[in-house]
Amino acid sequence: MYIAIVFLPLISALISAFGKNKLGDKGAQIVTCTSILIVAILSTVAFWEVALNGQYQTIKLLTWIKIGSLEVNWALRWDSLTAVMVIVISVISFCVHLYSIEYMSDDPSIARFMSYLSLFTFAMLMLVTSDNLIQLFFGWESVGVMSYLLIGFWYDRSSANAAAIKAFLMNRIGDFGFLLGIFSCFVIFDSLDFNTIFMVAPKMANSTFNFLFWKNINAVTVISIMLFLGAMGKSAQLGLHTWLPDAMEGPTPVSALIHAATMVTAGVFLVARMSPLFEFAPEALVVVTYIGAATAFFAATIALIQNDIKRVIAYSTCSQLGYMFFALGVSAYPAAIFHLVTHAFFKALLFLSAGSVIHAINNEQNMKKMGGMWRKTPWTYVMFWIGTLALIGIPFFAGYYSKDTILESAFASHTGGGKFAFWMGIVTALLTAFYSCRLLFMTFHGKSRINHYTFKNIHDPSPIMLIPLLVLAVGALLSGIIGYKYFVGTQMHVFWGSTIKILEEHNTIKAAHHYTPNWVKLLPILVAFIGISLAYIMYILQPSIPNKIKNVIRPLQIFLLNKWFFDELYNYLFVRNSFRVGWLFWKTGDNTIINGFGPDGISMVTKWCAKKVSIWQTGYLYHYAFAILIGLVALISWQLAFGS
Amino acid sequence: MAITINHYLIVAAILFTLGIFGIFLNRKNVIIILMSIELMLLAVNINFIAFSTQFGDLVGQVFALLVLTVAAAEAAVGLAILVVFFRNRGSISVDDINLMKG
Amino acid sequence: MAILPLVFYILAIVTITSAVMVVTSRNPVYAVLFLILTFFNAAGLFLLMNAEFLAMILLIIYIGAVAVLFLFVVMMLNINLVVLRQGFTSYLPIGGMIVLALLAEIIMVIGLGGTELKVTAAATSPISYQITNAEAIGRVIYTDYVLAFHTAGIVLLVSMIGAIVLALRQRTDVKRQSINKQNIRLPEEVVELVKVTRGRGV
Repeated sequence: MYIAIVFLPLISALISAFGKNKLGDKGAQIVTCTSILIVAILSTVAFWEVALNGQYQTIKLLTWIKIGSLEVNWALRWDSLTAVMVIVISVISFCVHLYSIEYMSDDPSIARFMSYLSLFTFAMLMLVTSDNLIQLFFGWESVGVMSYLLIGFWYDRSSANAAAIKAFLMNRIGDFGFLLGIFSCFVIFDSLDFNTIFMVAPKMANSTFNFLFWKNINAVTVISIMLFLGAMGKSAQLGLHTWLPDAMEGPTPVSALIHAATMVTAGVFLVARMSPLFEFAPEALVVVTYIGAATAFFAATIALIQNDIKRVIAYSTCSQLGYMFFALGVSAYPAAIFHLVTHAFFKALLFLSAGSVIHAINNEQNMKKMGGMWRKTPWTYVMFWIGTLALIGIPFFAGYYSKDTILESAFASHTGGGKFAFWMGIVTALLTAFYSCRLLFMTFHGKSRINHYTFKNIHDPSPIMLIPLLVLAVGALLSGIIGYKYFVGTQMHVFWGSTIKILEEHNTIKAAHHYTPNWVKLLPILVAFIGISLAYIMYILQPSIPNKIKNVIRPLQIFLLNKWFFDELYNYLFVRNSFRVGWLFWKTGDNTIINGFGPDGISMVTKWCAKKVSIWQTGYLYHYAFAILIGLVALISWQLAFGS
Repeated sequence: MAITINHYLIVAAILFTLGIFGIFLNRKNVIIILMSIELMLLAVNINFIAFSTQFGDLVGQVFALLVLTVAAAEAAVGLAILVVFFRNRGSISVDDINLMKG
Repeated sequence: MAILPLVFYILAIVTITSAVMVVTSRNPVYAVLFLILTFFNAAGLFLLMNAEFLAMILLIIYIGAVAVLFLFVVMMLNINLVVLRQGFTSYLPIGGMIVLALLAEIIMVIGLGGTELKVTAAATSPISYQITNAEAIGRVIYTDYVLAFHTAGIVLLVSMIGAIVLALRQRTDVKRQSINKQNIRLPEEVVELVKVTRGRGV
């Protein structure tokens, strides 16, 4: 069963990719959706067995590498963390598959899309069930590839192609750090197997080695920071984040699956998985905290001004990922995973609802051209509210439980980054509330700015698109309440067992349960309400306020609208120079040197020589005879002079 | 001074080089070339006979006879070609025969 | 006899001089005539070397056939004597040098007299001075060298055919009879019976 969970999506992807002629689009859709449904059901069973009943196991499939002391196998590792991730991935993937049947119904290459989705699911499952760093890296790279293929799905659009390459390249930069981490890991631990690493980690906590320019630097810190670099690339943290908004060029189901729920959370998963290692590298944890908190705040500020509905939700994802990372940084790994689960549900819900809005008003994505449609699409409206409230963190909805745990743990942390993270988190909560409600109000309320003819035809999506929304809404509503006990509550240690290691002095979640003052518990709810009311005032009561404010704070608005000018900075620093280097290599290296000395040069020299030599062929017989004579005389002279 | 074989050989050598001289030095007409070839063959014949007399071997003379035969045949064919060439081109000046140029 | 060297020198000098004139004459007819003179003197040289048969053959074939052939062709082709081509002197220095170099080398090899040429093997067909040169040659070419003799004959045959084929020109304005064609002609192919109505033509 465990093997089937991982490999069934691969099989269905291959069938729908290569059986295109026999199965057709309909067949591809049926095959992939059925197999993902089976995977989802099986993963619930697996969750029951592994996480709730504690039957951890490792299933070895094949021996892969065996060189010297490096032994790497294809193996599936099933423990609580794996089970949680698998169930999230499979449920969200199933919802997205079902949703895409309707959403992409008038696309020319449906089979390709469905097989890409299934392939992605396989890659992600491979990533989370891996037993060693190399297999994890394989899954890591594969999800990167599938993300590239899916973002650039409509490959005849140059903006989609550029966005896909951008995503892949930024991932690659992160992967460089990841690889350095893997290499350092091998140097220190002499193995890449998780079991081995986790067992040996406490002993190696103080070992040092030489790394680049630093002599005798703490090894575990270096490894952790390098691995975190990889996570930064994959999860779009500050610095390597510019690809995430551009990734919205792909179809909306892709955004829901990859850039909300699964791929971008691979970084969080990596750090949580390597928690036995990170616990012994306090400096690395501080780094993680600061970057996570900064990302959360930074992304939220940009989301305030954006006009494209998908980009707002993308920046929101970036911001929430920052939350998860600073939770990891204060050693509240269970809280981060809890937030990962709830976030997956409500973010996917938000994306898919946005998708049905876009679908309803004829592929218009600019919020300035929406409005006043809540009566026409009641179901979508309700789904949107559920997702938004969950995101903001209103009590009873899922986001409240996970977000508040994170904030309390940050407050309870004794490291320097904890307080910074806490206050950043509070401000970000305010901003989150504001922009989420702004999104909702601009899209559904107010005077309609939609084209009159399109407005007449707006309707709720069909059941095939609604069922996934319902499933996700249930998740967004209930996963918080139900999961609280197991993930971060009283059953935490039983649930997680040995999967996540938290050192006693770092155990912020436990501290948070015991020592949190009341104002800390209430502050997030308060700022959430402040945010909602601000948005209400600005967008429903007095819609002219935004314009007035915009004129006053024009420089700030430009700064935020241009995403803090990160793209321009990177372009100036890296992209232009890389282009220049590439151009140099092409023009000078390739064309001038290699072509010049190689084919072109040789052909030119040959032609020149031939031209010079052909002057000798005059066509006159006596010239030829003369040449013979000269040769003869030369031979005879040589023979007379030097012959024996 | 007694006439040794060397004298004959030197005469033959001079005739030979004169023949070569004639081949590539004339620009007037092709017949001179053919005549130069005859000169060269004559020189070769003298050579053969000289050696035949020197060594008392009839082979030289027999071979000279054969060379004579071939020279005559070759002159005949060469002149026939020349005639046809003249018919087609109208000129036998050596300078005009450069179809092989290039 | 002291006459022998004198005769030799006279013959040699005239040969060489007329060879030079062959190469350098302006008039092609003159060139052919000088060629004939060269052949004559060469025949004389042959006689001096006791090869009288070959000397006579030289006279008959070379002068009587080849040189006459040359003369025929020269006179048949309408050569414009007036047009004098340039370029003779421009090539002279270099060509002359190369040729003189060749001559020098050959003479170096020959040696200028005094050294005896060694005989390395016994003569294949020794010359006996009891019989005439013609008979001596005849004894040899029909027996020992009959293959070469026949090959020479075939070469002559081939060259004759070649020369005839090359220079042959069909005349289109002369009617000729072909007996074979006449014999195989059938009346049906040639004669056609046509019914002619009165007053009308064919």
